[in-house]
Formats: sequence, structure tokens, C-alpha cells
Amino acid sequence: MATDIIIHDKKDNVGVVVIEKITPKQDCKCWIMENDSSASIQSVDEIPLGHKIAMVDLKEGDTILKYGHDIGKVVKAIKKGEHVHVHNVKTKKW
Amino acid sequence: MEIPKSFLGYKRENGRAGTRNHVIILPVDDISNACAEAVANNIKGTIALPHSYGRLQFGADLDLHFRTMIGTGSNPNVAAVIVIGIEPKWTKKIVDGIAKTGKPVEGFHIERTGDIGTVMKASKKAQEFSQWASEKQREECPMSDLWISVKCGESDTTSGLASNPTVGNLMEKLEPLGVHLCFGETSELTGAENVCAARGATKEASDKFMKTWNEYNDFILKEATNDLSESQPTAGNIAGGLTTIEEKAFGNFQKIGNLKFIDVLEPAEEPTKGPGLYFMDTSSAAAECITLQAAGGFNIHLFPTGQGNIVGNPIEPVVKLTANPLTAKSMSEHVDCDVSKILSREMNLSEAGDKLIETALRVANGRLTCAEALGHKEFVMTKLYRSA
Repeated sequence: MATDIIIHDKKDNVGVVVIEKITPKQDCKCWIMENDSSASIQSVDEIPLGHKIAMVDLKEGDTILKYGHDIGKVVKAIKKGEHVHVHNVKTKKW
Repeated sequence: MEIPKSFLGYKRENGRAGTRNHVIILPVDDISNACAEAVANNIKGTIALPHSYGRLQFGADLDLHFRTMIGTGSNPNVAAVIVIGIEPKWTKKIVDGIAKTGKPVEGFHIERTGDIGTVMKASKKAQEFSQWASEKQREECPMSDLWISVKCGESDTTSGLASNPTVGNLMEKLEPLGVHLCFGETSELTGAENVCAARGATKEASDKFMKTWNEYNDFILKEATNDLSESQPTAGNIAGGLTTIEEKAFGNFQKIGNLKFIDVLEPAEEPTKGPGLYFMDTSSAAAECITLQAAGGFNIHLFPTGQGNIVGNPIEPVVKLTANPLTAKSMSEHVDCDVSKILSREMNLSEAGDKLIETALRVANGRLTCAEALGHKEFVMTKLYRSA
């Protein structure tokens, strides 16, 4: 039942790492909370606990979805399995 | 879990009940802090609440000052109050406001007497109050006497995944028992403001929320030098994996579960529409927010944290929970309720909610929180603008 990554909503294009860290090329188990389903993904980057991983390829200008909602825009292209954070995503507010 | 029907609290003159039995020495203004602290040092069983303001304030800012002072003294966790100010008029205004609860309260002003004479007179009264309050006993009180406020801090993605939803689960379970509930943090709902507004129980509540949020957002846009990215999210939030204010907002919003809010409160305003969930217009800074909620009459606080916020309050016990296993391990002396097993799927949300209810009730019944044991008593007044 243990999982490496939790995804809030099936529409989300990012997941959250819930183990101490994942390492590059790790085959990770994902749990989608909303519909209690499973998925898997291979990581590209090392990603620490609480940080996000891209579940799909994302290009500049794309919207990041988490909780099924818009949480910001991609400012630098992100490949599936890469770390998603302040270096490649910005707020649409303020 | 069957939810208990009662807790052991201190019944007050106005029908409310406290989870604590404090005798407070309340300074009206910054220059009366020394006197208040001297009295609290003289008389055991009392606590001074020093703060930075109370002089030359005006308009809405002065109204908020009085509301916070009177609300703090009126909180049911407070058995009796000594008010000390430099001048008689504002001192009396606060004494009269607190006296409406029926609890013992007496005011002293320093002008024409000086610190030493005031400390002597106030100490004699404080001793009387302290010994009187020490005989108060806890009695069985219905759960509806609990007024629970919530606020999260040093949030990270584990807050939105687990510790905030745990608070939401508790709210869903306790609301039917007639509990008063309160969330705030106007700025930290940015990005989720429309989703939050839709949770108003009435159109009036929804509209009032949007008006409050818009005013706050306009103020932020006016004062901000570039954007708020240096403050919202904070460096701690970012270290914990939160990337944008929108992400933080949707995580924050998990604290109210599936509930609807019945009204929007001014900062430090006491709710008057009966049991249920209220939104209070507050800053998202932890100590400021809790100080306002305590002044609104809330008698126990739930505080989910990700990276490990350590805040406490002098009169409202602050119960901390975390779902971050690193925080639970490295800062265990600050964590009242560890729900990190949600992340490893060894605990589900309902089990976590039950664990938090149990923890909160132990605290309501008298168990010291981590923040109380560690001496955290952050009393921070909210100030709206410069003084005259």
C-alpha cells in the first residue's frame, strides 16, 4: 500500500513526493487520491520529500494543475519525471 | 470512533466555558507594559500580555485595538482581568467592555500615580483575583461550548495532502455537535478565492467574502514593490515544495473540509449567528491571526504545520499537528499530534481526524500543549496603518 508519490486529483499533471527523496531513474509508485487508483512513473531528477514531479511533458505557458485546479504557469519547459518548482513554474497572481 | 459528548471546562458568568483559567494583566498601551509585567512578576498565577501599540491610533485602527483588547479580556479562557493604561479614559473603556461578561475586572491608570504606586495597587487586586480564580473547578461542559479556530503555518505540500485535510475531517465531525469554528488568512486564499467564495452558506456570506478578499488584494497590489513572491510563499514554504500562492491557497483551503461558512467576521469580531463555520478577515502571519481569533472568543486552536511553525498564544491553547515525517522526528517537542502515517498510507484521513479530536479534547480538558509547555505566548496585535 505504501506509495512514493501522491496525486490529489486525476486531472493533475504533477504529483507530490512523499518519501524522503526519489533518485534519478527511480521507478516510482503513484497513488491518485481522488479515485483511489494507481499509476507509475520513472523519475529524471532527484526530488526531495514534498516537492513535485511532472507526470507529463509540459511546455512554456502550460498550466499546472493540482487539486484539479490552476496553481500557476510553466515558464520553462519541463519533461515528464522532472522536478517542478520555482525554477520552472510561476504564479499567475500578483 | 464515538465522539465524546462533553469536555471538562471552566464555566463563566456569561454562559461560555473556558479550556483555561488565566488571570491576565492587560496593558492598554506600549508604555504600560513595564507596569503590567511587574504586577505579573509579583503575583503568581497571573500572566502579563505586553504588546507594542495603543497610542495615538485612530479610526478603524483604533476600533480594532479596542476590539482586540476587550475581546482578549472577554475570552472564556480568562477568569479575571487587571487592565493597566497610562490614561483613565481608554483604560475605563476596556474595563467596561470586559465587564459586560460579568467576570471580575479592574482598571488602573498610571498618570498622577507613577509606576510604583500603580504596581502596588494593581498587585493587591491581582492577588485577590489570582486566589479567587485558583478555587475554580473544571465542570462537565457540552461539546458545543468548544469554539475552535484554525490556522496553518510553515506549510508545505504535506499540509495540503494530509494535516490540513485532517483538520477538515475534524470540522466535518464536530460541526453537527454545535461547535463554533473559524478559519482566516485572507491573503493565503489567493488563487482559491472563487472556490472559497462558493462555500458561503448564503449569497450574502459569499459576497461579503469576495468584498473582503478584493479589498485585501487591492491593498497588497498597491503596497507591493514587485510581487509578494518573497513573502508568499515563504522561504520555508518553498523549501517544503510549495511553488506558488495558488498552490498554497488550495492546500490551506483543505482545513474547512466540506463545510460552508455562515458569515464573514471583521478581525477580532465575535461571531453572533450561532454555531457553525465562520471566516475571519486576518493576516496570514501566525501570531497575528491567532491573537485575533482568540479576541473573537475562540477557546482552542488547531494548527497544522509542514516545516514546523512553533507559535503559541497566551490565552488560547494551540494544538499542533504535522504530516511531515521529518518535522515530526526533528521537532517532536513542538508536535501534539503526528499524522505523518497518512503519507505512507498506514493511516487514513478519518483515523487521523479521530486522533486529532482525541488530542484536542485532552487539551480542552487541561493537558498542556507543546507550545504551552515550551512557554510560547505570542500576543501580537494587528495594526492597520500608521498612528497619528
